[in-house]
Amino acid sequence: MAAAPPLLLFDGIDLPGLRTLEVYRERGGYESLRKALSQEPQEVLASLEASGLRGRGGAGFAMGKKISFLPKGAIERYLVCNADESEPGTFKDRELLEKNPHMLIEGIVIASYAAGASRSFIYIRGEYVEPARALEQAIAEAREAGYIGERILGSGHSLSLVLHRGAGAYICGEETALLDSLEGKRGNPRLKPPFPANQGLYQGPTLINNVETLATVPTIVRLGGERYAEIGVQNSTGTKLVSVSGHVQRPGNYEIELGIPSRELIYDLAGGPPEGRVVKCWFPGGSSAPVLTGDDLDLPYDFDSMARAGSMLGSGAVIVVDDSTPILDVALKVAKFYRHESCGKCTPCREGTNWTVKMLERIETGEATPMDLEIMASVQEHIIGNCLCVLGDAMAMPIGSMIAKFRDEFEAHIERAREARGGV
Amino acid sequence: MSAREEGAPTSQIVSPGGASRVPGRTPVRRFEHGSRVPGWDRAADLEKDPALIPDPDEVEVPASLREEIEARMRDYPDPHSAVLPALRAAQELHGWCSPEALRQVACVMRVTPAYLESVASFYDMLELHPVPAHSVYVCTNISCSLRGADELYSALSEQAGELVNVRAFECLGACDIAPMASVDGAYIGPLSPEDVPALLEDLRAGREVLADRHLSRRRVADPRGRESSGEDRGGAD
Repeated sequence: MAAAPPLLLFDGIDLPGLRTLEVYRERGGYESLRKALSQEPQEVLASLEASGLRGRGGAGFAMGKKISFLPKGAIERYLVCNADESEPGTFKDRELLEKNPHMLIEGIVIASYAAGASRSFIYIRGEYVEPARALEQAIAEAREAGYIGERILGSGHSLSLVLHRGAGAYICGEETALLDSLEGKRGNPRLKPPFPANQGLYQGPTLINNVETLATVPTIVRLGGERYAEIGVQNSTGTKLVSVSGHVQRPGNYEIELGIPSRELIYDLAGGPPEGRVVKCWFPGGSSAPVLTGDDLDLPYDFDSMARAGSMLGSGAVIVVDDSTPILDVALKVAKFYRHESCGKCTPCREGTNWTVKMLERIETGEATPMDLEIMASVQEHIIGNCLCVLGDAMAMPIGSMIAKFRDEFEAHIERAREARGGV
Repeated sequence: MSAREEGAPTSQIVSPGGASRVPGRTPVRRFEHGSRVPGWDRAADLEKDPALIPDPDEVEVPASLREEIEARMRDYPDPHSAVLPALRAAQELHGWCSPEALRQVACVMRVTPAYLESVASFYDMLELHPVPAHSVYVCTNISCSLRGADELYSALSEQAGELVNVRAFECLGACDIAPMASVDGAYIGPLSPEDVPALLEDLRAGREVLADRHLSRRRVADPRGRESSGEDRGGAD
């Protein structure tokens, strides 16, 4: 690992006017696009594949591989940028969208060139008003300057780009629900396969990537895939934006080299929990990730280490909970969120999230028995893998992990609440 | 996603022997004959024809709205994709997705009002009931609630009054300023219950709300990100 990890996405992020084309170009902006367009699309794709860049939205799928799955030939291909950042605890894309929108646009144009897409869309969540404004201005500037449109920079590549604003639905961050929403429908997930790479937007081959993933593309083109792959650790290359929130003294976004110890991230960068408190549990990748405990703080923060520990890196949102909060409160918040956001299409998710909330509330009111924990755990098991999308799993995994890891506390809570209510 | 027709029930009954006995638990809302569904016993009017795609001759669409919708329809290979932007535009004009607003959008987009209502009812930011002019969305998700969002939300809903639409919202993606709220689209935080009177006063007076607490003026947390942008640039920490 290098002594001083590079700063790729947050370099100069707070510079005044970075969101304007003028300042972005002064700093070498759109040079990567020029370089990419002077190469063959296959060369750009090879570079992306060599970089080992894994999707930054949650699933961690290799970006280059995703592009290579798109069918070839003379058909219309689409590129969709997922800016529906709604995973609880995640706010990294917001910082990029609001402060450096041109980096994303440059990444989109390069990726569309590699993928052979001629139409692109950015689906941004409706609540992001300021980021949408920044993007809209940046898109207009880029169009004016000829970075978007017909025959970009004199090459044979043309691309249209439309900013599409959502209207408040977590599920639209799920890629197939996002496509339905973009087509003007309710955001219900679709059955997979076919995957969007084959049949996505308007039934055409579609590449969907997260904001951070696409914003990294100009850097990869500039450095070259191999050099980018030297950053980070094997299977988790590059730098990653991490949103740290909850019980830490300096919540916020940090750009880290993948593979650093989690303790360094939570304590050294974010300042750790308040004086006198210790970490009780933490979500390493948004509220959908199974929780880890204080014993796991020395694990390296990368895709594989988190997966080995039974959790996931997800969107890179670290939520820290200290020992002042009962685990039941955490579980209830998480479960209520997924109950509200379940689209209701699949029974295990619709009913499972609802009953999990009810059972957790019964603990609070003193109506639960220790047996309820068994039932609750089995409900979670029956949700996982049984729905069209992973929204239900996203509740089942953290709740299941909390029951497994904090069983004693749940049992004590049940006992205490029963006594307070006055016996049986 | 959102409950259908939660209008004031004619007779709201809380079942005598049911959940209401448990202290600390919100009693289940009951309607006619103990049902949890309001209006379940009102029969559908089978004689009534469903609303068709409105006849352009019969619907008066404001020119600005028509222009906006038609421009958005041209953005997409399939004009249907413009449903969300069109509903948003109609809501901005009418204040909410009223039956009249839906009819106007339906008329321009050549779809049925029922289709638009099915879409609008799915999304939290599209309102199917009249709402006050100002909206305050309080994030009450995990990161914010760990830092006191629930107290903030109750203080706001108690003091807001008629003028403001206060809603508990799902993660708004600003956990760095938790607990926070989106006031007419502007992200503001960190907030405590003590800030509520000042916030509401600014809102009523039409001023910028809590000008020193806007997320858009905040610097990145990453120390190296700050360093690379030059120190002492002003802006809140």
